[in-house]
Amino acid sequence: MYKIAVLGDRDSVLGFKALGLDVCFADVAETGRRELHRLAKENYAIVYITEQLARNMQDDIALYKDSVTPAVILIPGKGGSLGLGAAALQSSVERAVGADIG
Amino acid sequence: MPSATVNPTRMELTRLKGRLKTAVRGHKLLKDKRDELMKQFLEIVRKNRELRAKVEKGLEEANAAFTVASAVMSPEMLEQALLYPKQSVELDMQLKNIMSVDVPVYSFHTKNEDPSEIYPYGFAQTSGELDTALDALNRVFRDMLELAEVEKTMQLLAEDIEKTRRRVNALEYVMIPNFQQNIRYITMKLDENERGNITRLMKVKDMVLQDAHDFK
Repeated sequence: MYKIAVLGDRDSVLGFKALGLDVCFADVAETGRRELHRLAKENYAIVYITEQLARNMQDDIALYKDSVTPAVILIPGKGGSLGLGAAALQSSVERAVGADIG
Repeated sequence: MPSATVNPTRMELTRLKGRLKTAVRGHKLLKDKRDELMKQFLEIVRKNRELRAKVEKGLEEANAAFTVASAVMSPEMLEQALLYPKQSVELDMQLKNIMSVDVPVYSFHTKNEDPSEIYPYGFAQTSGELDTALDALNRVFRDMLELAEVEKTMQLLAEDIEKTRRRVNALEYVMIPNFQQNIRYITMKLDENERGNITRLMKVKDMVLQDAHDFK
């Protein structure tokens, strides 16, 4: 049985607790990094991360891109969308096609 | 340029021909795999775009409601209200095989089936805005789960397409031309040897005939 975690600053992720997801608070990339690696080692299949936090830990997120678990998914935090999720999608397309097809 | 290490022998020629045949067959298969993966991939990318837009919109609404709720309520109260969730989610993951790429398929069940049971607090001490926020989150959650599935699938496919594409290119532009060149080189060399041999034989025959003639 797998679990789902939400990682981000307190105000953005607190609401997910009511849905029954596991919530981890991280305000800076340093904590976020540590939490992400911890979650990856445990039995988490999906980790949602706020874009605000993910912005400064792209390398750590890229580590889990090619493994089946965990799926690290960017979601907009309370500051709204930064367009990082869309950018990640774009870079995946580029990687597959070998060129930017727009 | 044929590589310097290739031996111009018949055995080497047979070996190279076999390898060329395998390479050509492998190239065709991998190319088919790449095309099919690409087809699936583009479909998933399209789906991913739609879902992401939907999720981001839904979450923004939820966040807006949540901000209002946290403005009305004190942070301690808010935290207290959400501290012990009534709801819990269990996630199940199966693997689906797309062109020999294992991608996850999630299915989840919640402990409380009743959608009105998500509020882990009494209504006396919390504001209505918190209800709105949780309701919005609950509605977007299903899409979030699907987004996770689609996005992971997309990442895994992208990785495999990249790998396959490299293999196809390596076969097409390096391995196969190399084999062809080496085969050509060996054939030429063998033919040249054969011609040299024939000329030598003719020469010898002439000399033998001459000797016989003179002897008479």
